Amino acid sequence: MGFTYKPLNPEREGVEDLRVFAEKLLAKPSPGSAGRTGVWRLYKPIVYGDKCIKCGICWLYCPENTIIWPFRGIPSVDYEYCKGCGVCSQVCPAKAIDMILEGE
Amino acid sequence: MSLQRLALSKVKGILPGNPACMGCPHNMGLRVVGSVLGEKAVLVVPAGCTSIIAGNWPKAGIDMPLLHVPFASAAAVASGLKASHDILGVDSITIVWSGDGGAADIGFATLSGAAVRNEDILVIVSDNEAYMNTGVQASGTTMWKARTTTSPIIGKTEERKDIALLMLMHKVPYVATASVGYPTDFAAKLEKAAKIRGFKLIHLHSPCPPGWRFDSEKTVHIAKLAIETGAWILWEYGEGKLTISPPSKPYTDKARRKPIAEYLKLQGRFAHITEEDVKTIEENIEANWRLIRELEKIYSGES
Amino acid sequence: MIRKVITGNVAVAEAVRVSGVQVVSAYPITPQTVIVERIAEMVERGELKAKYIRVESEHSALAAVYGAAAGGARAFTATSSHGLLYMYEMLWWIAYSRLPIVMAVVTRAIGPPWNIHSDHHDALTVRDSGWIIGFASSVQEVFDMTLQAFKIGEDPRVTLPVMVALEGFTLSHTAEPVDMPEEELVREWLPPREPLPFKIEPGKPFSVGNLGPDEVSMELRWLMWKAMERSRLVIRDVDLEYAKGFGLRSYGGLGEDFHAKNSDYIVVTMGAWSGDAKEAVEKLRDEGYNVGLLRVRFFRPFPWEELREISQSAKAFLAVDRAVSMGHRGILGLEVSSALEGKAPVKNVIAGIGGVDVGPEDFYSIIKAFIEEYEYGSIEGWSRPEWYMPWMEVGGK
Repeated sequence: MGFTYKPLNPEREGVEDLRVFAEKLLAKPSPGSAGRTGVWRLYKPIVYGDKCIKCGICWLYCPENTIIWPFRGIPSVDYEYCKGCGVCSQVCPAKAIDMILEGE
Repeated sequence: MSLQRLALSKVKGILPGNPACMGCPHNMGLRVVGSVLGEKAVLVVPAGCTSIIAGNWPKAGIDMPLLHVPFASAAAVASGLKASHDILGVDSITIVWSGDGGAADIGFATLSGAAVRNEDILVIVSDNEAYMNTGVQASGTTMWKARTTTSPIIGKTEERKDIALLMLMHKVPYVATASVGYPTDFAAKLEKAAKIRGFKLIHLHSPCPPGWRFDSEKTVHIAKLAIETGAWILWEYGEGKLTISPPSKPYTDKARRKPIAEYLKLQGRFAHITEEDVKTIEENIEANWRLIRELEKIYSGES
Repeated sequence: MIRKVITGNVAVAEAVRVSGVQVVSAYPITPQTVIVERIAEMVERGELKAKYIRVESEHSALAAVYGAAAGGARAFTATSSHGLLYMYEMLWWIAYSRLPIVMAVVTRAIGPPWNIHSDHHDALTVRDSGWIIGFASSVQEVFDMTLQAFKIGEDPRVTLPVMVALEGFTLSHTAEPVDMPEEELVREWLPPREPLPFKIEPGKPFSVGNLGPDEVSMELRWLMWKAMERSRLVIRDVDLEYAKGFGLRSYGGLGEDFHAKNSDYIVVTMGAWSGDAKEAVEKLRDEGYNVGLLRVRFFRPFPWEELREISQSAKAFLAVDRAVSMGHRGILGLEVSSALEGKAPVKNVIAGIGGVDVGPEDFYSIIKAFIEEYEYGSIEGWSRPEWYMPWMEVGGK
């Protein structure tokens, strides 16, 4: 009785494989998980600091987290990733953000 | 929930540059979830838009622990996950972040089961009223008459189902509706829900630019119009009381509501409807208000 | 050592108890129900410190244990037949996540017509999903295999879910004496589960299963395939270590050799009826026939190397199947012939479908006919399977 079995070489063979498996199954939080999404943009938001009332509403609604808002300060835009949806401009109560055609 | 609290959160919910469409309401919702509950949250995500929004490997576009799961399984996976955390002494808020299909249609039995067991989980249904991820097919929560790719000409022929009321009837400790147009109201509801042990559900209204056919900058505008026309009612049930939430309160009075046509005309999915249809929708909205008002009275012991 | 006379279903529940499972979720279906009823009772009595989740479907049962294992717990479920089919999507999801859940499948025919008796169609639908699949053949083995399943599945060299199949009624509802090791000794041998390959908990923000390049999907499957290959040795080692550590029986790994080596004729079976087949083989050997039996203990990974080792001295094989692949052979027959790759002819007999009783006398006539046919020269190479239905006037050929 009993069959011939080939032992693992080394004995812990496969433990490294499992680490690689986990590495390939899990994704780590990082900006740009769809690449540099700024290239999607047709219209570019421009913040006019002189009109801004520093309320943070643009930051609150920005779906991309690409409005950088120093608390109670004037916001700026992360153009690397801003997709140019225009929500910030729409919600701004002071009309301090304009959407302008890219390249103009 | 103050803007400062949200602004200072270490967890952001959404990291810039994820695969969501322009003006995506899920991204808006996830940002609020991240900044309010991110420190303790673990997310269970069934098939849907967020399967994509989560990012392209090796990167993740959401900075919370996230487990992708099959379409109909989310509330059950969350039940098991929470059970493991309880047994292993891990302090977590287990959240199902689902779309309307995953909650109201294919995942409904699973959701109902978890509600009946009063599992200590928070289910957020980010409802964009159709199967958007697969290209805008009609779902159980798609509005009557709305055009989708499976109701392409005459529009949907049936009424939508009300997932929040269905869950209320499961006698769970907390149910609320919310809207991406009112992030601080949503944040307050998340904070309240997180403190309650047992099953919680928040039905989040999420207007979808490509699916509803409106321009991407109008997500918030449309979400707010839904409240202002009374088409979407913000309410909250907790501690045995049902109350209409402050943003919706003024619109209890029909006279204060904006005409429903203002909401509908901005959406390409309703471009084909007749004046008569608009009237019917308006009547349905009023019927819904009557129901919520009555429930408010019943739960407060007034009737 | 404790000896108790218990049924197969209770043996599963006992193995779950001593293994220290932390989360159990299940949905009732005959003939699996006694397993989960017994476990629910253990949990309510405090004999098993686990959470029992009473779900509304089998899909949710497997989903709940998936969540539990993703959170780091040791988790268990059990089902049968239609319940297993209803789980199908989750089966693959669990395997592809490499979460070492253990599931007992009490085999039962698939309807229509409704039928609660056993064949192997339900369990074998799991074949390609990445679960390790064991088939027990006695109540003692049901207990041993269930307990060993945790050890095998959780081994970092393997990290795969394990299914233990036991025949409905024949094993699930039949009482036999079972030797069980003391709980404290089992706890030492099977420490709490190490949460591999990942654990979902607050403050560790990673996503499991994000969309990625197609090449990554393929690499993940390759790594999984390698793990399944390694499990061959781990299954054998766990069997030996368990037998030695607890003074219990060793079964010999993926296959059990019953006079198979050095015999001319080899019968291949799987599951509870192997006992009846062995009885027939024994009788035929007494009558002078040089026949042996290989019992397939693990269908995945499949013991093809064992089969080839045996084939070195064998003239012909007979695979007796309790499941058929419509449009081809019996499923075990297919596996055996593919493993042997023409080294010896394989006759395939389909029997016991829908729970039809097949006893030692049936096996005696099936095996004897096979040997005679070979000796008359009527078994060469490939043949269509033969349906064994002695109650029919016209044979099922």
